[in-house]
Amino acid sequence: MDFSLSEFQGMLADSVGKFVDNEYSFARRMANADSSTGYGEDTWASFCELGWTALPFPEADGGLDGGPLETMLLMQQFGRGLVVEPYLANIVLAGGVLCRAANAAQKARWLQPIIAGDLQAALAIAEPQNRYDHAAVETRAVRDGDTWVIDGKKSVVFNGGNADLFVIPAESDGISLFALASDTPGIDVQRYRTVDGSTAADITLSGVRVDDGALLGAAGEGLATFDAVIDDAILAVAAEAVGIMQALTDKTVEYCKNRVQFGVPIGSFQALQHRMVDMLTASEQSYSLLLWATMACADRTDEAKRAVSAIKYQVGTAGKLVGQEAIQLHGGMGMSWEVDVGHYFKRLTVIGQILGNADWHLDRLLD
Amino acid sequence: MHVSLTPEESAFRDEVRAFFRDEVPRDIHDKQARHIALEPEDQVRFQKILYEKGWAAPNWPVEHGGTGWTLVQKHIFETEMANSNMPRIVPFGLGMVGPVIYSFGNDEQKQRFLPDILQSNVWWCQGYSEPGSGSDLASLKTRAELDGDEYVVNGTKIWTTLAQYADWIFCLVRTSTGTARKQEGISFLLIDMQTPGVSVKPIITIDGSHEVNEVHFENVRVPAANLVGEEGKGWTYGKVLLQHERTGTAGVARTQYRLRQLRDQAGQSVRGSEPLCKDRNFMRRIAAVEVELKALEYTELRTLAAVSAGKAPGAESSILKFKGTELQQAVDELFVEAAGYYALPYVPEQYAPGFPDDQRIGAGTETDSASHYFNFRKASIYGGSNEIQKNIVAKHVLGL
Repeated sequence: MDFSLSEFQGMLADSVGKFVDNEYSFARRMANADSSTGYGEDTWASFCELGWTALPFPEADGGLDGGPLETMLLMQQFGRGLVVEPYLANIVLAGGVLCRAANAAQKARWLQPIIAGDLQAALAIAEPQNRYDHAAVETRAVRDGDTWVIDGKKSVVFNGGNADLFVIPAESDGISLFALASDTPGIDVQRYRTVDGSTAADITLSGVRVDDGALLGAAGEGLATFDAVIDDAILAVAAEAVGIMQALTDKTVEYCKNRVQFGVPIGSFQALQHRMVDMLTASEQSYSLLLWATMACADRTDEAKRAVSAIKYQVGTAGKLVGQEAIQLHGGMGMSWEVDVGHYFKRLTVIGQILGNADWHLDRLLD
Repeated sequence: MHVSLTPEESAFRDEVRAFFRDEVPRDIHDKQARHIALEPEDQVRFQKILYEKGWAAPNWPVEHGGTGWTLVQKHIFETEMANSNMPRIVPFGLGMVGPVIYSFGNDEQKQRFLPDILQSNVWWCQGYSEPGSGSDLASLKTRAELDGDEYVVNGTKIWTTLAQYADWIFCLVRTSTGTARKQEGISFLLIDMQTPGVSVKPIITIDGSHEVNEVHFENVRVPAANLVGEEGKGWTYGKVLLQHERTGTAGVARTQYRLRQLRDQAGQSVRGSEPLCKDRNFMRRIAAVEVELKALEYTELRTLAAVSAGKAPGAESSILKFKGTELQQAVDELFVEAAGYYALPYVPEQYAPGFPDDQRIGAGTETDSASHYFNFRKASIYGGSNEIQKNIVAKHVLGL
């Protein structure tokens, strides 16, 4: 058991932290979110130059051989800076599937361009009927001669409106994973903005016809990959949530030290002090559990699966407390679109809502 | 960063586990399992077994009898001690006054007191709170006036745990009045309980047990050589002690152990009924507490890692105290709920030595659940109430 960072991990956390502090102001974040793509294309290019888009992939795939711990360090800083760029969608989700299931030709065609920043990708996780049970896929892939015909509907696909490539799980006597160019005939994309300043899309697949070149891994055997990528994504958003909670606690304490009412800083009131201590505690407890969960997954211990549900439950409940209290203690300022606090709160809310909410994961801990 | 134990750490865990299993007498295991209150002699016997093994004081410096363990080894030790359902170490000597003496005492005091603490030859108790000084501890009024080479002590200490067995008491006393800050006139004094003028009066708590006391001092003459450190610096020493106390009271491993016991209990069918573990509402509450405990385990490890990197336990230890006691109390509540009607019988003699098992009312130890729940309401009050802990975090961590 060991909490120390390797030299590479220390440098990574440091460089992402510096980027967030020096290059990614709240004004820039809001401008990026307001752009036509919903993220900053120049910012994304910087991520590629800095090597962050290569972080979790093996060296053989052109990556930096990072694992859950490295992703945690990066995402925690992204949370602190409220980074809106589609790292989760491209790198953790779509990239995660391609890295695990694609063959060499497919990786050259899709994964390398993702790492280089030349291709935007998205993994379709949810369907209208399956709520958080991502394995309950009703989109069907039917064999027809040498081709597959895919029909179905995918809900709230992160980065779906920007994606050149969709990774689509479909039922074909087990779950099969397909990589589909977004301009493939039969794909309809309904793009929209999401409450956290990001973008997503609903996707309808009607008689989409592709050959085996689009199939990632063996037909009907994609669930293990799908599950593993969802677990990676849960750890990643949990780290992001911890970064957000830390930022919100700091910002709230700072605000209450400076905001004067009744002739004194409101931070001198015990009723508010104890609430800020509760925020700090929720945030610190979440960070502690994140370390355990991420290390358990990195070390592949027997507890890894439970650890993923535990941390998602934790950031769901703690995130709600920290987010709501940050707004309350900021008063009217917390309600203002102009002020960053509300946007952190909205992203925390979204994290609580995706990849299984707190109730869903608490329930999984009973089994 | 790694969560797995190294082969050396695993071997150490096995050694500790085997030690508690094989070297601690059966009657102590048995009393613990049946919730039979330990006699003071049992407690001393247990602590002496640890001493013989060299494991009485893992947190002490090696030169005073500590183990020199890494923080992971200490964590393993705590966890295995809890998992083996061992008695709690009585903290007043080994956990409290010992560290104050080796940190601030003179050589003579170290030689005189530390070996007996380490060997559990002397039973200590803690004289901090007073009838008029609870959360506002620094307002304490017990006076110690120098008269030649003796202090004359007058006053009352309250909530003094296990003072009825104690040989010695360490006290915060006021040695000067009218100082600029009330904290400045306080000194740390060691007093032999046999000294004329010391008297102990029991206080019975809501669970019906006699754990705490009032200790009265009436013209008690204490050699000036029993003053630890400098006169007037007692508040500083006492605060260090409280930080050790708070870190220790998180009790994460023990609460985790109790939660697993509750799980086992909930899995048992009573006369063919569906076991409680089929009640998903109840099991969700267990799972939620389990997650928080795991988080606190790592918060504690992070704090200890900072300490082993050379920092004293800081105000973060307050988080461990209030969160740890909240979770202890949450588990106590769940035990009461699990007991249903059998939380009601109040038959303390069932948990006295010698009571025949087959005459107990209710199954197992469920009739002890309410007493335990009532007793442990103290946990969020002692060592500085949880509200005081939040004040400390607000001031010293958040800078409010």
